Amino acid sequence: MPDVTLAGVIAALLALSLNAYVLFAGADFGGGVWDLLATGPRRGRQREIIGHAIGPIWEANHVWLILAIVITFSCFPPVFARLGTVLHIPLTLMLVGIVLRGSAFTFRSYDDERDTVQRRWGRIFAGASLVTPVLLGVCIGAIAAGRVRRLGRNATFSESFVDPWLTPFSLAVGLMTLTLFAHLAAVFLTLESTDRDIVEDFRTRALWSGAAVFAAAFGTLVIAPEQAPLMGVGLLGSTWAVPFHLATGAAATATLAALWWRRYHLARVAVGAQVSLIVWGWALAQYPFLIPPDLTVDGAASPDVTLRLVLIALGLGAVVLLPSLLYLFRVFKAAPSDSVRRVPKGEPGV
Amino acid sequence: MSDLLAARSQMAMSLGFHILFAVVGIGMPVLMVVAEQRYRKTGDRLCLDLAKRWAKGTAILFAVGAVSGTVLSFELGLLWPGFMEFAGPIIGMPFSLEGCAFFTEAIFLGIYLYGWERISARAHLFAGVMVAVSGAASGIFVVIANAWMNAPTGFTVVDGKLASVDPIAGMLNPMAFQQTLHMTLASYAATGFAVAGIHAFLLLFDRQNAFHRRALAIALLVGAPAAVLQPLSGDLSARVVARYQPAKLAAMESHFKTGTRVPLVIGGWPDMETGETRYAIRIPGGLSFLATHDFNAEVAGLDQFPRDEWPHVPIVHTAFQIMVGLGTCMALIALWAGVLAIRQRDLCSNVWLLRALALAAPMGFIAIEAGWTVTEVGRQPWIVYGVLRTADAVTPMPGLVVPFLGFTLLYCFLGVMVAWLLYRQIIRSPRPTEWSRIYTPAGAARA
Ligand code: HDD
Ligand code: HEM
Ligand code: HEM
Repeated sequence: MPDVTLAGVIAALLALSLNAYVLFAGADFGGGVWDLLATGPRRGRQREIIGHAIGPIWEANHVWLILAIVITFSCFPPVFARLGTVLHIPLTLMLVGIVLRGSAFTFRSYDDERDTVQRRWGRIFAGASLVTPVLLGVCIGAIAAGRVRRLGRNATFSESFVDPWLTPFSLAVGLMTLTLFAHLAAVFLTLESTDRDIVEDFRTRALWSGAAVFAAAFGTLVIAPEQAPLMGVGLLGSTWAVPFHLATGAAATATLAALWWRRYHLARVAVGAQVSLIVWGWALAQYPFLIPPDLTVDGAASPDVTLRLVLIALGLGAVVLLPSLLYLFRVFKAAPSDSVRRVPKGEPGV
Repeated sequence: MSDLLAARSQMAMSLGFHILFAVVGIGMPVLMVVAEQRYRKTGDRLCLDLAKRWAKGTAILFAVGAVSGTVLSFELGLLWPGFMEFAGPIIGMPFSLEGCAFFTEAIFLGIYLYGWERISARAHLFAGVMVAVSGAASGIFVVIANAWMNAPTGFTVVDGKLASVDPIAGMLNPMAFQQTLHMTLASYAATGFAVAGIHAFLLLFDRQNAFHRRALAIALLVGAPAAVLQPLSGDLSARVVARYQPAKLAAMESHFKTGTRVPLVIGGWPDMETGETRYAIRIPGGLSFLATHDFNAEVAGLDQFPRDEWPHVPIVHTAFQIMVGLGTCMALIALWAGVLAIRQRDLCSNVWLLRALALAAPMGFIAIEAGWTVTEVGRQPWIVYGVLRTADAVTPMPGLVVPFLGFTLLYCFLGVMVAWLLYRQIIRSPRPTEWSRIYTPAGAARA
């Protein structure tokens, strides 16, 4: 066991907030995917339930990303600078996706009730939900592959700003992120309705997307050793790797089994475990690097005073935040979203 | 367009866009809470209706505020990696606290907006208070980060890197108090005046409408005191600027030659080549008095600084004049309304006051944009005053004009959509026939 340093603790918190982002906001993005793919006689109802499920919580879920960004630039400034420089293009595109998704979703909720208007916003919301996770995955893939390096002196534009992330491996990770988010959302959505037919719709989607996750994960793993040697070593070579993969596989299988037998609460827990294990598997495979091959947790860290103070700030924040967050989910997620009503539209008064 | 200019323009455009929503995010929750509190206390259903209507508007604006804020936090790295790598360890502290404040705000806003029928009356009001408090807190923390860029403290520089970092001292920098005070007041003044102005305008056509009367009263309750205090707080700001950023003060006042008993230059167009300001009104000793509270004091002019450390004088000077002019108008209108209210007059039947308020609706927001232009353009060429130049902080990425144009188009689109939705939701939806039937006191004459 290496010594636990202050920077190590903060890096763990960084992984934790990414984990939370992927788990919660991931499900919101996945909801957008199912909005896009809504089919069959109940598609209007499906969309409505997705909207109700996301409505009260997406902004809070979104803040996990901001927390991760803030931790990165306060505690590991060189990492933030490097990401912003080398991944400028995919990050900018991802931002456009984030902006369009959030605003289109809100505009749809408050615009005209007429179908054509609703569908126009719905399409932007859904399209952005499809593209953003892929770009997030592409960025993660580029980092994991060790291609986010210091700019060379005489490098061309494409060597510096395009080649690091436009690779089959990055795209594979992007695809896997997308399928994972869609799967997550479908599993969560099985608990958002009391209507049996709708639940069945989401169950079918959850099963199919679960299969797609398996395929995408397998594909990524196959090309990893060649495309991302460092990742390959971490993911496949180290002592903890095998038990970790077994645990992830077990969680994935448990999700599908629970779905099969319609044990939706169990499926929700299992899919959460599966996603978290994937995030931590990635984080541990990279350790001690934040950006392989040169920026390590300790090497890139801010001075200890900063780390200590940020830790205190986050601790104090957590005292307010965690109970509030629990309360938010208690208020809105204890019962299916069917029963949530928004501020009544239209006429004044109640 | 050079890459540096494109990066600066993109930052300015993103911030100028975000600030509009941020200000509403600070001011609007206060209005909602006051309205809901009145309803809980008096059972006046109009107030409940107002709280709900305002909550809807806030939901739209908050969402755009949140996504544009996310863009900003990425842009710090996308455009200014040199700045973040340099300043991250010290500026990170206020940003971390801000992150916690956002989180609290987003959580309770979700509860407030969607929880009307799910939680008790008291819990709902509490959620509103939490939104208002954490909104103000998040604004304060970001502005502290900005104040540090203006008056950096809490570190030494060794070989171009920060050493002996003290983030607490960084947060307690000499501009922090004045800037956060001025910004927080600005948020309440701008939001209060915008809402009051809209309802005053509608009252001009329908004098007895009880809905608009309540709205106007609540909006003025929040906006007017802030507007009166704003010039006083601005005076505090001007004096710290004089002390810590003399070049910025000189540019604001278009003051080229160091001297004693320096006049205050109002209006006019400064010429950076000749050092003259044409077409201006001058008040003898005015600037000396404002900067130090002594009519005969010496004030450093731009001639004290090397030419390449001058900010763009015409922009800074003009923006400053705009802010102060609008601030004076708003304070006078607020005092006028205050005097009428103290004398127990009916504000809503004073046509001239209603007209003035309607005219003042956008003033606060324009003053805010102008004020930030003063602060930011006035700091140039420094990104961290006296320590790091903007040109040394910019990303090596070429072709920055592309994202600049892209985001500008995106934000224009969002701006138009938001305006349209607000019009639909807030202004247009209470159809006159509906609410006059319900809310106008029986027998009251309608204009
Ligand atoms: C409703 C908006 C509003 C109004 C009415 C005023 N201001 Fe202001 N002003 C701002 C909104 C604002 C701002 C946008 O909030 C700024 C930008 C940075 C800051 O901290 O506040 C600002 C900055 C700012 C600064 C520069 C601080 C710096 O560079 O750091 C000074 C000297 C003043 N103001 C002074 C005044 C005076 C003398 C006013 C008299 C009427 C006034 N302001 C009205
Ligand atoms: C929201 C209100 C704000 C507005 C409207 C605003 C406006 C501007 C403008 C006009 C510029 C361009 C100046 C120039 O290049 O001539 C700028 C630059 C910049 N601002 Fe601000 N600003 C705001 C608040 C902040 C805050 C709170 C921060 C940081 C904590 C900040 C950080 C920066 C940075 C890093 C730059 C780029 C470097 C520079 O030009 O100095 N700004 N902003
Ligand atoms: C003076 C300048 C600023 C003020 C007063 C301010 C204030 C606020 C407020 C009150 C919000 C809450 C959301 C809303 O009301 O719409 C907000 C959102 C946000 N701001 Fe700003 N902000 C400023 C500048 C900045 C800068 C420079 C950054 C980035 C570095 C930033 C990042 C964010 C982020 C990430 C959010 C979204 C938080 C969420 O999801 O709730 N802001 N800002």
